[in-house]
Amino acid sequence: MKFEQNYIDIFNQNRALIDQGSAGALNALRDKALDCLERNGLPHKGLEEYLHTDVAHWFEPDWGMNLSRLDMHVDLAQAFRCNVPNLSTLLYFLANDEFALSDTAAKASLPDGVFVGSLRRAAKELPAIVESHYGTLADMDRPGIAAVNTMFAQDGLMIYVPDGVILDKPLQLVTLLHSPVDLMVNRRILIVLGRGAQLRLLLCDHALAANNFLTTQIVEAFAGAGSSLELYDLEETHNANLRVSEFYINQEADSNVEADFVTLHNGQTRNSVFSTFVGRGSNLSLNGIATIDREQHVDNMTFVDHRVSDCTSNELFKYVLDDNASGAFAGKVLVRHGAQHTESQQTNRNICLTRQARMFTQPQLEIYADDVKCSHGATVGQLDEKAMFYMRQRGIPEKEARMMLMQAFVGEVIGHIALEPLHDRLNRLVEKRFRGELSQCEGCRACRE
Amino acid sequence: MDTASQDNSLIREISAEKYRYGFTTDVHTEIIDRGLTEDTVRLISERKGEPEWMLEFRLKAYRHWLTMEMPHWAHLDIPEIDYQNISYYADPTVKKQGPKNLDEIDPQVMKTFDKLGIPLEERLALSGGVAVDAVMDSVSVKTTFKQTLAEKGIIFCSMGEAVRNHPDLVRQYLGSVVNYRDNFFAALNSAVFSDGSFVYIPKGVRCPMELSTYFRINAAGTGQFERTLIVADDDSYVSYLEGCTAPMRDENQLHAAIVEIVVLDRAEVKYSTVQNWYPGDENGRGGVYNFVTKRGLVKGVDAKLSWTQVETGSAITWKYPSCVLQGDGAQGEFYSVALTNNWQQADTGTKMIHLGRNTRSTVISKGISAGHSQNSYRGLIKVGEHADGARNYSQCDSLLLGSECGAHTFPYMDVKNETAIVEHEATTSKISEDQLFYCNQRGIPMEQAIGLIVNGYAKEVLNKLPMEFAVEAQRLLSVSLENTVG
Repeated sequence: MKFEQNYIDIFNQNRALIDQGSAGALNALRDKALDCLERNGLPHKGLEEYLHTDVAHWFEPDWGMNLSRLDMHVDLAQAFRCNVPNLSTLLYFLANDEFALSDTAAKASLPDGVFVGSLRRAAKELPAIVESHYGTLADMDRPGIAAVNTMFAQDGLMIYVPDGVILDKPLQLVTLLHSPVDLMVNRRILIVLGRGAQLRLLLCDHALAANNFLTTQIVEAFAGAGSSLELYDLEETHNANLRVSEFYINQEADSNVEADFVTLHNGQTRNSVFSTFVGRGSNLSLNGIATIDREQHVDNMTFVDHRVSDCTSNELFKYVLDDNASGAFAGKVLVRHGAQHTESQQTNRNICLTRQARMFTQPQLEIYADDVKCSHGATVGQLDEKAMFYMRQRGIPEKEARMMLMQAFVGEVIGHIALEPLHDRLNRLVEKRFRGELSQCEGCRACRE
Repeated sequence: MDTASQDNSLIREISAEKYRYGFTTDVHTEIIDRGLTEDTVRLISERKGEPEWMLEFRLKAYRHWLTMEMPHWAHLDIPEIDYQNISYYADPTVKKQGPKNLDEIDPQVMKTFDKLGIPLEERLALSGGVAVDAVMDSVSVKTTFKQTLAEKGIIFCSMGEAVRNHPDLVRQYLGSVVNYRDNFFAALNSAVFSDGSFVYIPKGVRCPMELSTYFRINAAGTGQFERTLIVADDDSYVSYLEGCTAPMRDENQLHAAIVEIVVLDRAEVKYSTVQNWYPGDENGRGGVYNFVTKRGLVKGVDAKLSWTQVETGSAITWKYPSCVLQGDGAQGEFYSVALTNNWQQADTGTKMIHLGRNTRSTVISKGISAGHSQNSYRGLIKVGEHADGARNYSQCDSLLLGSECGAHTFPYMDVKNETAIVEHEATTSKISEDQLFYCNQRGIPMEQAIGLIVNGYAKEVLNKLPMEFAVEAQRLLSVSLENTVG
């Protein structure tokens, strides 16, 4: 019990203020969350799941918290003009954790029954749906940040797509960190898809100011029977940004979920993905890229729980580590008793470009059913010398050859991403990243600063 | 008798027949009182006639053990162990009366080892055979071919004898690979260890025969805590085999051993184990808890250590034979077949720690789970900052026979050097129905077909065993799989 005490005190002193800036379902879970934090504390290096990322220490500084929900004065339209070429999206913002609409999204009319908006507002307007879903996947009793997030989260994004509704246009949520002081942000995203519903969501994480930030983020996604969810999470922040995210995915029968995690530029990142199959015949595809340098750190942890039979999960994570960067990947696949005909494949490949770069990888299989096909593979190595030689022989300069090989290396993951217009953009960003330029687009203030 | 109870009695018969080493020997054994205190440690040291430094070593370990807690990180469900309800020293060689003649072995003990297929008469051994150190409970009963080996300068004796006769070597190397602070069971062993084998192969000597230690638990209410130390000096070679069995009892018996190996320049050590402690009955009653720390320091340039293990016994196995690849060009190998049936649990694997340049390691692990058993592979590949050109390849396959068992893989890779290449592959699947069908079609009954396929699956590892062991291991795999059909 070290750093959490400070947060317990802040919570107890400001409970009324926190509740006042939020709404019903969010406030209802705070007492339980407090109890969990008091019992379990913050996730620290002593826990196997957090061996390589000491998240508890991230909570040590005296972070500012905007509990009274002061307006931060961000002109979102000015701040962000970052488009994915050839992809038209409905754009939404979370400025820190405050929801805002873009002009286009405000004018767009969504199909009947669809809700895309502030979670706080949803708690008032769709109380039944929010109450029956909010906090039901995020397990506050396991090591993690679900408890502390639930204590402080006041707003976020809610997406509800009723049965049979297909959203043709992808939604894009841009989260912008902006503050005159060092700030801790606790945000929440709740996605509920009805039977046969379809949704594509692009999450873009940016930092608008050069201050230090700590973000805790919980995403809970419910994929109803026969539904389809594509979730793309792109992180392009800066070196002073600490981000700890937990994604919880619940898949009912015959649903398809793709979740991709791309860390192009960051400070320290920890992503945990907990995915559960509760209905038969579902598919899950989890992919990840981390291209990091300097002192950056990316730790992706995935836990795929095959509770029922006839489901398929595929995972592909690739890291390129330069300078003093460090990476960690831990992927666990649990096939429970009776989950026959499970197919699961997990691959993690990593390239260390310097002597100081460090990679830790830990794929795990835990299997209690016999009629299954499960495999995992992990490698840590360098660029293929033979391929380098081949290209040099043909007159390609060494630097260029390295670049091409690294691009091809992460290109495999990009190729797995279902949203094709994203390929070009990611390829371009990755190339810039490898060329040593900041991995940012030029269009907006978010990237220029 | 109804059909169900008939079936049960049949199962009982088969399982009783299955573990053919489950008998006990009625031999006068002096067992010290149960419990573990500083006095127990002093008593063991006194019984073994040890010098003061050895007692100090034990006491330091005991005091450290008191500050430790039993580890719970393994994927094992270990019932509470009452360390005060175990006797830590049992000597079956003490005569009831009459003068002590150390060379004379109780005929009952001789018979026991004969029955186990371990001839203690040198004349009975196969030509060019195997030198055996036979350990029953806490004491080494006999070491064969000592004279033949001594002619080449090889020391092969019990640990107790080594402490008395070669104190300098023992002091130099004992605890140098597995420190008493290493883990809970290492501390316990360092405090109360009894006989194991001590091997020293001098410079440039290739050991002319296989060396072997056979461990036997006989007395009830005891644990076995043997300690083995192998030192292979420059340019030497030795192949060492280890076998073990225990009687069938309803109580669980604890076996917590330490094996330390030091391999110097260009030397090679091959360490093979066929572990066949009593696994418990079909309801999970009884069986040995096998909590072992095995580690080799591959210290020399171009030195090599190879671990091969066939694990079919024990109720619970907690064992990770490891290589610390310190010398430039050092090589480590780990070949393992771990079979669990009924209610057995195994959490086993290896650690390859690459410290020197151009070090290489290979890990091949084959897990087979049947019945209600749980079988885990846990391994660590660590590449240090200075281990330029380190290379590792790991392959872990699991085979599931039955829907009630579990197969798990927990590999860890920690790479701190950009020139390293580390590869890991793992697969889990059930036995191929096509292969079974093919065998059945040709008139091979189901049980035999499974045995055949499993042996083929494990062949990559079995091939690494010395011949005598390979035959035994193949038979063991087939026997352990009896009754897994359906």
